[in-house]
Amino acid sequence: MEKKASKLAILTKGIIKENPNLVLLLGTCPTLATTSSALNGAGMGVSAMAVLICSNIVISLLAKIIPDKVRIPCYIVVIAGFVTVVQFVLQAFVPTLYDSLGLFIPLIVVNCIILGRAEMFASKNGVVDSALDGIGMGIGFTLSLTVMGAVRELIGAGTIFGFALPWMSEHPMMIIALAPGGFFIYACAIAAINFFTKGKGVKGSFGCQGCAMASICQQEKCLAELEKGVEA
Amino acid sequence: MSYFSIILGMILVNNYVLAQFLGICPFLGVSKKLDSSVGMGVAVIFVMVLATAVTWPVQLLLDSFGIGYLQTIVFILVIASLVQFVEMALKKFIPSLHKALGVFLPLITTNCAVLGVCITNIDEGYNYIQALVNSFGAGVGFLLAMVIFSGMRKKIDDNPAVPKAFQGSPIVLVTAALLSLAFMGFGGLV
Repeated sequence: MEKKASKLAILTKGIIKENPNLVLLLGTCPTLATTSSALNGAGMGVSAMAVLICSNIVISLLAKIIPDKVRIPCYIVVIAGFVTVVQFVLQAFVPTLYDSLGLFIPLIVVNCIILGRAEMFASKNGVVDSALDGIGMGIGFTLSLTVMGAVRELIGAGTIFGFALPWMSEHPMMIIALAPGGFFIYACAIAAINFFTKGKGVKGSFGCQGCAMASICQQEKCLAELEKGVEA
Repeated sequence: MSYFSIILGMILVNNYVLAQFLGICPFLGVSKKLDSSVGMGVAVIFVMVLATAVTWPVQLLLDSFGIGYLQTIVFILVIASLVQFVEMALKKFIPSLHKALGVFLPLITTNCAVLGVCITNIDEGYNYIQALVNSFGAGVGFLLAMVIFSGMRKKIDDNPAVPKAFQGSPIVLVTAALLSLAFMGFGGLV
């Protein structure tokens, strides 16, 4: 009974409590770039989720075989392999989405969330747990991208999932769908979480601490030197 | 396309950070102090040009075997090992440069801007010189955005006038939105 509850906790923590991009502030680039419409956001979320689940499963299986010193390059190869598969699938079945996401599909490889989960979770846990973690984190990522995309599309173009709304589509605020709007809507989303949880909700920060590579880049030394500024 | 318009376009019009959302992590993470943002920017220029110099011929090699679809896997591995190798080489041969840039090199290994510029060069069909110029322009654009942004953050971070919910990460993003808005004014220049 207790074991079942913990599995459920692994699945659900990624959706709200540790939502990768609104709470942990990871994967900023795709969050900003692909949320110009709800459909793009959802497409990006689902692609990343597919890669995340597959790479989590494979890495948790291989964790004992991979030597500790070369683990990061190995993880990257596994992830890049699945990204290539997703790239082919999108190109074959949803070419319009493939064109509008463009460069950001190959860039799933360097998404902090995927490498971060491989390093922090999949390498230390069993197959089932890792798969559940991938599903939960993936749903959280997809959900927040879709919601942000919907908000930007609604204000920026007056449509939602492509359907025009009567008054809104006659008075669109283009700027929200463009680059500055991306930064602004993301800021508002984080501020809203801050407001409703009285500053306790957002756990991540934009710094070395939030980066998935932190554990391999001689973290302490690196951070200390950056804090000081580089006085060469 | 002339080299000048490629450079100008990459720095001002299609700025990697502010218009294309590539390399946001270091842009938001390391821009607190002016000297560290300059160091990061210079390191990014260095790695971008170097990575392009290596990956462009690699793509030719892949295409000649008909396995161009392995681009993503091969590029990320080449870039990661290249950065590690350059760090070791700098440490041994040019310690003064390693002291200035060494801290930033591991951070750039899996930066999306570096992989992004390599893939863009192939997609746009640039020749070797154009690709190098394009990477250099993208790096300079990154440096410019970093330097301006660190100046803006000095005034805005920890300012008590900021509403409580917006303090910390949200106000940083709002500042970036304003800077991005300013850079939109360059649209249509090239």
